[in-house]
Amino acid sequence: MAKMNMLQAINNALDLAMAKDDGVLCFGEDVGHFGGVFRATSKLQEKYGKARCFNTPLTEQGIAGFANGMAAQGMKPVAEIQFADYIFPAFDQIVNETAKFRYRSGNEFNVGGLVFRTPYGGGIAGGHYHSQSPEAYFAHTPGLKIVVPRDPAQAKGLLLAAINCPDPVIFFEPKKLYRASVGEVSEEYYEIPLGKAEVLQQGKDVTVLAWGAQMEIIQKAVDMAQAEGISCEVIDLRSIQPWDVDTVAESVMKTGRLVINHEAPLTGGFAAEIASTIQKKCFLHLESPIERVCGLDIPYPLALEKEYVPDHLKTYEAIKRSVNF
Amino acid sequence: MTNPNNATISTVHTAEFTSGHALQIPTLRILQDDGSIYPGAEVPQLDQATALKMYDSMQFIRILDERMLAAQRQGRISFYMQCLGEEAATVGSAAALDDKDMIMAQYREQGALRYRGFSLEQFMNQLFSNEKDLGKGRQMPVHYGSKDIYYMTISSPLGTQIPQASGYAYAQKLRGLKNTTICYFGEGAASEGDFHAGLNMAAVHKAPVIFFCRNNGYAISTPANEQFKGDGIACRGVGYGMKAIRVDGADILAVYKATQMARDYALEHEEPILIESIAYRLGAHSSSDDPSGYRSKEEEELWRKNDPISRYRLWLVKQGWLNEDEDKAKSDALRQEILDALKVAEKVAKPGIEHLMSDVYETPIPLLNEQLEELKAHIRKYPDAYPVTAGRFE
Repeated sequence: MAKMNMLQAINNALDLAMAKDDGVLCFGEDVGHFGGVFRATSKLQEKYGKARCFNTPLTEQGIAGFANGMAAQGMKPVAEIQFADYIFPAFDQIVNETAKFRYRSGNEFNVGGLVFRTPYGGGIAGGHYHSQSPEAYFAHTPGLKIVVPRDPAQAKGLLLAAINCPDPVIFFEPKKLYRASVGEVSEEYYEIPLGKAEVLQQGKDVTVLAWGAQMEIIQKAVDMAQAEGISCEVIDLRSIQPWDVDTVAESVMKTGRLVINHEAPLTGGFAAEIASTIQKKCFLHLESPIERVCGLDIPYPLALEKEYVPDHLKTYEAIKRSVNF
Repeated sequence: MTNPNNATISTVHTAEFTSGHALQIPTLRILQDDGSIYPGAEVPQLDQATALKMYDSMQFIRILDERMLAAQRQGRISFYMQCLGEEAATVGSAAALDDKDMIMAQYREQGALRYRGFSLEQFMNQLFSNEKDLGKGRQMPVHYGSKDIYYMTISSPLGTQIPQASGYAYAQKLRGLKNTTICYFGEGAASEGDFHAGLNMAAVHKAPVIFFCRNNGYAISTPANEQFKGDGIACRGVGYGMKAIRVDGADILAVYKATQMARDYALEHEEPILIESIAYRLGAHSSSDDPSGYRSKEEEELWRKNDPISRYRLWLVKQGWLNEDEDKAKSDALRQEILDALKVAEKVAKPGIEHLMSDVYETPIPLLNEQLEELKAHIRKYPDAYPVTAGRFE
C-alpha cells in the first residue's frame, strides 16, 4: 500500500495498464511531455514513448474520432478530454459513433477498450466552462458505460476495469478531489467491477445516495443527521450506466426513504432516472417522497457558486424532510 | 475541363504530387527592431493621436497584466491570463477597425478591448466578479464583453466564435451595414472543427469577416509543431478560397497595415480574409499554468528581445511623437491608478441572489422562481453559510 492522491492513483493505473498491454495508449491535449494540465499522465511518455503517449492537436471531435478508429482496430485508447465542459465538440463521435459501433454493425466491429477520461464538476471557481457535470447527457445514450470514482483507491480500480471492459467507457474524474483526496492505495494491479454500487454505511431510517465528489458532501450531511439520532444508509453509486438498481432498491426497501444528491442541474439529471425506477420497485415500501438535492436549473455560476451547489446543509435539510414527512 | 465550381482545371498526363509545403506565405514586417522602417516598406497612414492611442493601449495592458497577475498570486482574484508579447497584434488590429465593427475574441485580446474604450473600472469589476460587472459575476476573470463597444462576451470553449463571426458578418452584410466582424483565435483553436466550418461558410456565403489568427507558438504546453504540419495557418485560407496574409505580430505597423487592407477588401468585395499574426506567448497560458515544465528560459529570452512595445516606442520617439521621460511618468501614474481601482473594485459587493436566475431565459420560467424562493428560505435558515448573499434580500 502507498499513500496517493487521486491523480497519482490514476497515473499509477495508467502506468500499470500500459505496462500490461502494449495496446493501451494515452493521448489528448497536453497529455504528452507535459503530462496533462492536471498531470494525470505525468512521465508516461518518458516511460512508454511518444507513439503511446502523446499530445494531440486541439480538437475534441478529432480526439474522439481518432480513439474510435484506434479501438475499432483493436487497441485500447485512453483518450483525455481536458475538461468535461469541452467534451461537446466530441458529442457526435461519442453519441453516434462510440455508442453505436457494435450495435449498428451487428457486432462486426466494436470499440470496446476505449476509455474517455475527463475531469468534471465544480468547487474550483471555474464558472460555466470548468465546472459542469454532464453525465446525464451520456447516460441517455445506450451503448456507453459511465463511471465516477469517489477516492484514489476507487479511481484506480475502476479505471483499470474500464480499460479492460469490452464496452466503451466514459470515466468522469472529480477534479476537485484530484489533489484533495488522499488515501491508501495498493500498488498492485486490481479492478473494481463496473456497475456495482457500494454501501458505505448501514442504516435504517433513510438511504442517502450520490457518486464522485458529492460523496464527501453527503457524508457530512449524514454525520449531522446521525447526531440527531437519524440512522442513514450511505451508498456510492460508482457506475451511472449500468447502475446498480438491486443494491439501491434493497436498501430503500429496508429504510423506506431515499435522498439522491448530484451536482448537475435538477431537471433531467440522473437522480430523476433513479427516483423513477425506485418508486416503481419500492412503491409499497416508501414512507416519504424521494428527495433530490441537485444543482439549480441554471448554468454553473461563479460569484454565487456556494448558493448553487447541493451542499451538506441542503442535503441535511432533505434528510430531515424525508424522515419527518 | 471544369469542376462543378466552374473553376478551370488544368490537366497533366504524368502523376505528380503537389508538395504539402508548396505554398509558403511570407511574413510582412514594416518596423525594424531599432524602430526604423525596413527599406522599401510602406508605413501605414497614421496620425499622431491614433498612434499614441495605440501605444497607450499597449502600455495599459502590459501594466494591467503585470499588476493583475500579481493580484492573482496574492489570492485577490481567482484566475488571470496575460497578453504579454501579443499587445501589438491585438491593439494594432483593433486600431485599424471602425468602432462599430464587431469584435469576437478568444480570451487573450484585452488589447483590442482597451483600444475600444473598456475602462479601467470595467476591467476591475469583471476581474472581481462584483455587482458592477457587465457579465453579472458569472464568468471567470478575463471573460469580458460589452455591447456598447461592440465586443462580444468571451466564451471559454475554443473556436466556437469562428463560425459565429461568419454568421454575424453575413447578417451585417444583409442589413446593409458598412461594418465588418473581426474574429480572433489562436493557432491551437484553429485545430477545432469550428475553424473549418467557420472559414468555409464565410467563404461560400461571402461574409465580410476578418479571421485573425494569433499564432503564438503554444496551446498551453503544446508547441505549434505538434499542433499542425505545413506552413502555418495562413495557407489554409487559400484552401478555402479566401485571401490571406501573414504578419509579424510584434510589429504593430505591419498588423495595422494588414488589418486596414483586410477591412477595406472585406467590405468592398464582401469576402472573408484570413490574417495570421506570428508573435510569441511570452507569459504562461494562464495563472494556472507553469511553462517551465515544457519550454526553456533560453527560448523565452530569445523572444523577449522581440518585444512589441519597445520596438514601437523607438519608432514613436524617432517620429518625435513621444518623450521618454513623460512616458515613464505616465506609466508610473498608471500603476498607481490601477492599484487604486483594484482596491475599490474588490470592496464592491457580489451580485445579488436574483442574478443566479436572471438571464437564463429572457423572463425566468416558473421553475426558476420556485427554486429561488426555496433557496432564499434555506439561506435565511443558515445565513452564516452563505455570507455573500445572506441578509441582502427580504
